[in-house]
Amino acid sequence: MTNTYLPIDNWQLALAAALILINLILSLSLRLGLAKRLGVAAFRMVAQLLLVGYVLGWVFALDNPLWVLLLVLTMSAIAGNASVNRTRRRFPGVYWNSFVSILTASAFVTGLLVEGIIHIHPWYDPQYVIPLLGMVLGNALTATSLALDRLMEDLVSRRSQIESLLALGATRWEAANDTLKEALRTGMIPTINSMMVLGLVSLPGMMTGQMLAGVNPTSAVRYQIVIYFTLAAGASLACMGIILLAFRILFSPEHQLRLERLRKVDS
Amino acid sequence: MVQNTSKKSLTLVSETPSEPILSVSKIGRSCQGDWIWQNISFELFAGDRLAIVGPSGTGKSLLLRALAGLDPIQLGEIAFRGQSLSNLNMPRFRSQVIYLHQQPALLEGTVESNLQQIYQLAVHRNRTYNRSQILEYLSLLDRPAKFLDRSIEQLSGGERQIVACLRSLQLSPQVLLLDEPTASLDSTATKQLEALIAQWRQDDPQNACIWTSHDPAQIERVTMRQLVLSSERQTHD
Repeated sequence: MTNTYLPIDNWQLALAAALILINLILSLSLRLGLAKRLGVAAFRMVAQLLLVGYVLGWVFALDNPLWVLLLVLTMSAIAGNASVNRTRRRFPGVYWNSFVSILTASAFVTGLLVEGIIHIHPWYDPQYVIPLLGMVLGNALTATSLALDRLMEDLVSRRSQIESLLALGATRWEAANDTLKEALRTGMIPTINSMMVLGLVSLPGMMTGQMLAGVNPTSAVRYQIVIYFTLAAGASLACMGIILLAFRILFSPEHQLRLERLRKVDS
Repeated sequence: MVQNTSKKSLTLVSETPSEPILSVSKIGRSCQGDWIWQNISFELFAGDRLAIVGPSGTGKSLLLRALAGLDPIQLGEIAFRGQSLSNLNMPRFRSQVIYLHQQPALLEGTVESNLQQIYQLAVHRNRTYNRSQILEYLSLLDRPAKFLDRSIEQLSGGERQIVACLRSLQLSPQVLLLDEPTASLDSTATKQLEALIAQWRQDDPQNACIWTSHDPAQIERVTMRQLVLSSERQTHD
């Protein structure tokens, strides 16, 4: 493996930032009204990434399991929060439930991956744990927000169907079954779709990154395969988690659909 | 706020057995800090036909839903054959006390698949779909057996309500809670639905029902006593 990795200096960063001029010129000349949002987005992207770069560099250097765990918790909290914020309704405890589902599922599959499959040493080696967990979290975030949104919207729109079943003696599980399954399906679709075209339409970021860092493509591909199985497992576990937790809150043990616990938010 | 206007209930009292099917004591329902109704007490006996009347917004539907255990109540207790609802297995209870929605929801598919689908529920698994019983009901409505093959999308509002009603009646419930079942039906469909309910009562004279309706003439036809919900939302006692 030859290391042909070329670092990027500040001058090169600035040069790349100039590419945003293309977007700005387009937006201004066609009056798309995007100039301000583009500016803010570009600024945030740069600031967030530089900051993350420093934080990660610091945690990597400290090489202390406590800091790694703290970072894991913070990343999961942000993912849990973002997942809920992409949906249109809220129920009491939804943020907490989302955090717990995403954290447990992601930590579990990432743990299996790094300890059981890749065998890293020490067990918390941030060079592996953090980027892998980040990918799993990102995927779980998309999956759970889709599943949760679908679940809550379906419960509202199919209310009379669900309650008709309850009124005829269905248990809450029987009455909700189709809706829960549909939510799980919806949550899994992006992962499955991207697996379908992987390598043909899109070259995944991690593999591209490894190749840029000089890793042999055939090795990079192996890593990517391992990652994708982990992503898929993480997404389905996180979806299951949030769906079951939401089910327990939105259906009472007395087999009642408690939609008054759902509150619509303006998005 | 609740009066039991029992024009015809004098005769009723002497006929009914001592043990009520449903007994409701001092129940109350609040919604966002407001009482919709409270301190409601009444009993439903075998063979009873009770109407819940009152202006719209007084929570007649919510009362029926509470009786079916579909909504929680904040005060009081509902008992079925002497047992509090909170101790009962809800699916089992609801297979005997069935709430019929004003706008019934049916599943995609044919009339017959809708009727059969209910038997997949755990609580009804020991029973089987009885086609001849359904055909008997249909003949009462002058409808051929072909009606069972009709797709749900082709049905009129009245026909849908009739299918929903058959779906409940085939389970031989002891109590039906009828929430404005004919509100959106024409007079023919209304008569047919009433005939179905009458047939179910005839099958077992112990069967009891509670109706809500906006039509005083219908209330007069199908029930024998009334529970009046008034519109004042005041604290009682």
